[in-house]
Amino acid sequence: MTQPESEAALRRAAGAGGSGNQVDLEVLIENVLNALAAGITIGCIYGLMCIGLGLIFGIMRIVNFAQGELLMLGMFASLYLVTGGGVLAFLGPYIGPFVGALLAGPIVFAGGALLHKFLIARVSGLRTSGSLDEGHFGQLIVTLGISLILQNGGLILFGSTPMTVRTPLASSAIEIGPIYGDATVFLNKARLIACAVAIITAVLLYLVLEYTRLGKALRAAADNPTAATYMGIDVDKAYRIAFGLGSGITAIAGGLMATYLSFGPFIGLDYVIIMYSGVVLGGMGSILGAFWGGLTVGFVQQCSALVLPPQLQNAAIFVVFLMIVLLRPQGLFGRSAERA
Amino acid sequence: MRYGSGPRLRRDLITLAIVSVAYLGASLFVANSYYQLIMTLVPVWALFGVSWNILSGYGGQLSFGHASFFGIGAYTVTLALVYWNLTPWLGIPLGMIVAAVAAVLIGLPTFRLRGHYFALSMLAYPLAILYFLQYLGFQEMSLPMHREHPAAFLEFTNPHYYTLVAVVLLIGGVFVCMLVENSRFGLALLAIRKNELAAEAAGINTRLWKMRALVVSGMIAAAAGGFYACVLLVVTPDSVFGMLVSAQAVVVTLFGGVASVWGPVIGAAILVPLAESLNAELGNILPGIQGVVYGAAIIGIMLASPDGLFWTIRDRFFRPGAPAPLPAGLGARAPVAMPAAGGVLLKVAGLSRSFGGLRAVSGVSFEVRAGEILGIIGPNGAGKTTLFNLLNGVLTADEGSAELDGRSILRRKVHAVCRMGVGRTFQVVRNFPRLPLLDNVIVGAYGAGLADADAIASAAHALERVGLSALAGVSAGQLTNKQLRLMELARALAGVPRLLLLDETLAGLGREECDDVLTVLSRLRNEGTTVVIIEHTMHAMMRIADRFVVLDHGRVLASGLPTQVVEDRSVIEAYLGKKWAARQDA
Repeated sequence: MTQPESEAALRRAAGAGGSGNQVDLEVLIENVLNALAAGITIGCIYGLMCIGLGLIFGIMRIVNFAQGELLMLGMFASLYLVTGGGVLAFLGPYIGPFVGALLAGPIVFAGGALLHKFLIARVSGLRTSGSLDEGHFGQLIVTLGISLILQNGGLILFGSTPMTVRTPLASSAIEIGPIYGDATVFLNKARLIACAVAIITAVLLYLVLEYTRLGKALRAAADNPTAATYMGIDVDKAYRIAFGLGSGITAIAGGLMATYLSFGPFIGLDYVIIMYSGVVLGGMGSILGAFWGGLTVGFVQQCSALVLPPQLQNAAIFVVFLMIVLLRPQGLFGRSAERA
Repeated sequence: MRYGSGPRLRRDLITLAIVSVAYLGASLFVANSYYQLIMTLVPVWALFGVSWNILSGYGGQLSFGHASFFGIGAYTVTLALVYWNLTPWLGIPLGMIVAAVAAVLIGLPTFRLRGHYFALSMLAYPLAILYFLQYLGFQEMSLPMHREHPAAFLEFTNPHYYTLVAVVLLIGGVFVCMLVENSRFGLALLAIRKNELAAEAAGINTRLWKMRALVVSGMIAAAAGGFYACVLLVVTPDSVFGMLVSAQAVVVTLFGGVASVWGPVIGAAILVPLAESLNAELGNILPGIQGVVYGAAIIGIMLASPDGLFWTIRDRFFRPGAPAPLPAGLGARAPVAMPAAGGVLLKVAGLSRSFGGLRAVSGVSFEVRAGEILGIIGPNGAGKTTLFNLLNGVLTADEGSAELDGRSILRRKVHAVCRMGVGRTFQVVRNFPRLPLLDNVIVGAYGAGLADADAIASAAHALERVGLSALAGVSAGQLTNKQLRLMELARALAGVPRLLLLDETLAGLGREECDDVLTVLSRLRNEGTTVVIIEHTMHAMMRIADRFVVLDHGRVLASGLPTQVVEDRSVIEAYLGKKWAARQDA
């Protein structure tokens, strides 16, 4: 799968024939350090992905089952921008994939805003506030329908062959160490850059939401739509923008992930649960919380590889998720005061 | 059973019988084995929808992970058949038992969560099980064939028999759902869906009823799953625990009509054949187009009828006719509240509660005498509602005591306080718009633990007392604001309370409406009911309250007869400011 693990495996194979305990310890330390590194880098990208859903579900309280498909759209948008005859192909395989990922944001933003205008707005926000169950039942069906349309539409448009946004960076790593004996940490360059882009995007979004007029209007509209209307905020528009932002942010994360994994039209199914876990773990209603929640999920997923067989990695996510939510229902970082 | 449920049940059962016979009749004419399979799957998914509907539709406890129970049913049947050679005829009941145990184990921790947190946590269970089964190597299990005694192992060469069994299972599930809907079970669930706290305050043990709903729902889902395994003869973790399985229950129910017995049946009858035939007809031409059409179809219909087809059709074509009036004398046998032993019914001493640094209620002491109306007044933020929340168990007091007839009412669950005889209304009215007024009121009687006949009598009596008897059969959605306020009052009265806590019953009423409610209140007092009422409009209170307790900043500012209180200088200051008080003095 990824390079660090295969090198560690090689070393383990070599060590098995050679001298005993010292090598075992080195292998163990190397595995742990690499799992930690992978957990943090992948976790940051998950964190960005969760922020997108955090805006839509955590703050606007829209149960969006199509969020995974927005991630998928981000991947394909990036793919078509940077490969083949794409407009960004001239940027080359080193910078192109990351610029492509960032540009996938605005494209999916537009798509998300349109989805909201024509479909989601009819079953959420002002339209249903105060009605029985706040219109949640309608949202479930509508977003499930959108998800089905996007998955299968993707199958028609993009085909079912697994794709990836090729970059040579994905097969080279920065080596740190040797730290202890021969134990070395390998940082996959594609993931490392993706992680950096994710953090920068997350910080920028946070600043926008926290300090700009737009951000304040969005937060006010989400907090109390009726009151925001009285304050002269165009709540429908604010929701549309927030939904678009949430879509675009998740799409950027998708574009970043596309540099190191292969994907198809149905990949959204694998990640939608991870996103919800992250948002709930972090505490609904908090953008920072969503990021930390996503990071936690990525971290648990990667580190569980150390002790659990691969089939149980995802099960570990859900077990940890259940334990945290049952012990701390408001989420790890949820505070009622923190509604960024 | 609820009032008037007899005729309703009979009508529904006749419909069920006709539909089942017609369906089975139609299935005899289907020769194509693929279409026969679809005819078997419709009742299976309908049954799964019925199961989801009980917990999430009636009870409002949205579950995105109902596949847990479906899958448990399917895997129990399969594993029992493979390893113990146990026939599915027994495997399905076994699966239901396993699912019931699983429901309790899942419910105990998960019901601590509410709303979205609950819905998403439920999603985690089937997925965790799914990956675990994959790990254990139960990747793809096929059910072994028994050629000697196929029928004994629920294996038929004639596919019509599968359809027959499926329909019989569905009839069972729908019948259970009808019983739930027409009993206190259904009303308790609807009350919980509407507002859990208000349901507790009406005496409903919400944890218990939610757990019952989950167990019943899980057992039905397991039956559907177990039979599904027998029909397909192959189970994989994805096909019975997957997210799409959970989604199927949600989709058929919401599409057909949530919180209605027929909803899941209608939904499955339309959607399952639609999806399958799209798969068969379009899927070969252009893979994926069937999903697009299906998705567009469910979105389109959902936007046109947000509550589901059943309700849209009912509201448009089958509006219930004018309801028959309640028979006279129905309320005559209503149980009456035990009269208070002594003069003092409720004794509150030194009650305090702070939130962080804010002392919302601080050292409050007062007494409520049997048969009086005590008005609690004070400016906004004086701690009036917090005081009520302390008295009926919504909040726990930091210190102090409150005794009803010598028994402490503090540190008890909300519904337990209600059962001790403390009725309460809230500032915001919670009604069930589609249910008749009588059913709205009867919730309070059930909450107090009355048996069916007593509950009906008590609710009817309560409606008489507030003067709404004539409207007993009208659905609550058609009532005016004043009538809703009186309905809430009647709901509290139906529980035969010894003490009524009324929180701003007059809020939002016009002057004449106000007068009407005040008349009802003073009549209740004359009939012997003890009332504590919160209000911040002084003049209305002056007319009915026997005594006042004035709160300000969480403390008792003054108490006594109305005429004394309004002349109290500190009260004038609190209400009108120091300047005004000084001018009065001058």
